[in-house]
Amino acid sequence: MPEVTLVEAVNMALAKAMESDDTVMVMGEDVGINGGVFRATDGLLGRFGARRVRDTPLSEALIAGMSIGLAAQGMRPVAEIQFMGFIHPIIDQVVNHASRLRYRTRGRLTCPMVLRCPFGGGIHAPEHHSESTEAMFAHIPGLRVVIPSSPSRAYGLLLAAIADPDPVVFLEPKRIYRAKRELVEDDGKPIPLDCSFVLRRGEDLTLITWGAMVAETIEASEILAADGVTCDVIDVGILNPLGPNAILDSVSKTGRCVIVHEAPLTGGYGGEIAAQLAEHAMMSLLAPVIRVTGFDSVMPLPKLERHYMPTANRIVSAARKTLAYS
Amino acid sequence: MQVLDENGAVVKALPEFAKERTQIIELYRAMVLNRAFDAKAIALQRTGRLGTYASSLGQEAVAVGTAAAMAEDDVLLPSFRGHGSQLWRGVTMVELFQFWGGDERGNDFARPRQDFPVCIPVASHIPHAVGVALAMQMRGERRAAVCIFGDGATSKGDFYEALNIAGVWNLPVVFVINNNQWAISVPRSAQTAAETLAQKAIAAGLPGIQVDGNDVVAMRYSVEQALDRARADGGATLIEALTYRMGDHTTADDASRYRDDADVSHHWKLEPVARLRSYLQQAGLWTREDEESLLKECAKDVESAAQAYLDIPGRSPESIFDHLYYSLPAPLAAQRSAMLAEQIPDA
Repeated sequence: MPEVTLVEAVNMALAKAMESDDTVMVMGEDVGINGGVFRATDGLLGRFGARRVRDTPLSEALIAGMSIGLAAQGMRPVAEIQFMGFIHPIIDQVVNHASRLRYRTRGRLTCPMVLRCPFGGGIHAPEHHSESTEAMFAHIPGLRVVIPSSPSRAYGLLLAAIADPDPVVFLEPKRIYRAKRELVEDDGKPIPLDCSFVLRRGEDLTLITWGAMVAETIEASEILAADGVTCDVIDVGILNPLGPNAILDSVSKTGRCVIVHEAPLTGGYGGEIAAQLAEHAMMSLLAPVIRVTGFDSVMPLPKLERHYMPTANRIVSAARKTLAYS
Repeated sequence: MQVLDENGAVVKALPEFAKERTQIIELYRAMVLNRAFDAKAIALQRTGRLGTYASSLGQEAVAVGTAAAMAEDDVLLPSFRGHGSQLWRGVTMVELFQFWGGDERGNDFARPRQDFPVCIPVASHIPHAVGVALAMQMRGERRAAVCIFGDGATSKGDFYEALNIAGVWNLPVVFVINNNQWAISVPRSAQTAAETLAQKAIAAGLPGIQVDGNDVVAMRYSVEQALDRARADGGATLIEALTYRMGDHTTADDASRYRDDADVSHHWKLEPVARLRSYLQQAGLWTREDEESLLKECAKDVESAAQAYLDIPGRSPESIFDHLYYSLPAPLAAQRSAMLAEQIPDA
């Protein structure tokens, strides 16, 4: 069983999917001979050839739109958008077409495509390379938004996304692309796209997050554990559609919840989770739900990005605030 | 490119199909039907029985000529003014009325199953066409995609991006610009300083040609040539069909706010249906009786389609959750139940 990083797990899943299904193809900017700017598609050109691994011109809206045409014809395109700051030209294609092709043709034409994109900050990248606009995509009916936070989840969730009969935006937390290695069996087994992941179990508090923030959130839970506070740590994993059962079960038990995300506060996906808790777990709540997020400012350039992104300390402070309610 | 001039006189050798009476009559019939369908759609809209509708008045030759050039297993990606193409390809008038009447079931047409439904966001379907063409190319099929859009679409990035890749990858696709001279209220002259829209192909390394879009023979012939080339690995073509939007942009528009009646009147002398009729009459292929019986037949077909459309039972409200995903995710099942519990009675 290979011990792989998250980005290697992505590569492994792509290769597995291409191996088992001839209609799966990879395209995007620099995905061919260069193997992707993060090497997620490394080696695929050599293994599967230029027919199925295609370098496109620098043309994001086209990449998404062309994927729709391919998918409607029975292909399974897996397209890469290089950075989330560059994903926004595709929103027209995703909102107006990919997410509703099945609906507007009453199932006659479908759109089984995956748009992969590294997202989030913290790697000292240039301007427009560090955005987290997942909430924009989570707002689109007919679409799935999937965010892995470990090598094994990246492998299983990407396989499921590729096999899914509907369009999926697959956001890869690039800050933890190579953060750690994990043993991942290359068994082609998908992880169903309807679950969240309980990473730590505790009694006193529920910490909810996704993507790269899983690292800070677990770190916070460990700091709190030293004080005798035990936490459920939940990685949401699938933002759209949100299956809230694990979240509701946990908060019903703990009565306290802190939601952590890198994206700005206002209109962020944490607001959706907080609203669902208010609606379905009101009587279990012992304290207000607190969000620890990026600020409602522009994602700053590298000099200040560490001040923008949530830290374990900020999460711990928020946790202590909720714990102070009795 | 022109075969029949504005008086219906033959100015270039007739292509083979145009020498066949049945084939040329078929083109004429399709244009007359297209026009009758448009008229009925507007009448239904004006009486509250159809939604906002985009008429194709005056542009029937672009729609019919393009579709007539296609093989059955080619794929059409039309804009919202492509009724004549869709009808030719087998979409029924009932299905078209149903879509424009506000019911997506009209897009689930019985045939042709792989054609795209009309695209409303201008130019956004042009990238789909190159995706369709790429799938055909990858599978080694002798098929092509045909994408129709208006002059307005040629100002958008989607247009350039799609043309560009079609050139780079030599894709089997034909782009047809229905240049009806107006993007709602913005005239062609205010859209681009380019001398022609066809020349926009040059930058993508594609052939671009101008065709008289009111000449259905020239339209069909040009698209056929482009399709033959596409199927023989010769790549894509951009065809600028020069025509004129005789009607409003849609039933929600009033073109008298921004253009003179005099401009429009001039174009009535150039329009495609009368032109082909003149040719047919001059060639001794068409009599007054033929004309009367065709008009009667089209009116009858359109009326019965309209009635069939009006008789279609409504859809259940909760069907908005059908076909959203392959199978309904659990969180949406709860919303569906909530909707069922609070169903609003029909007005």
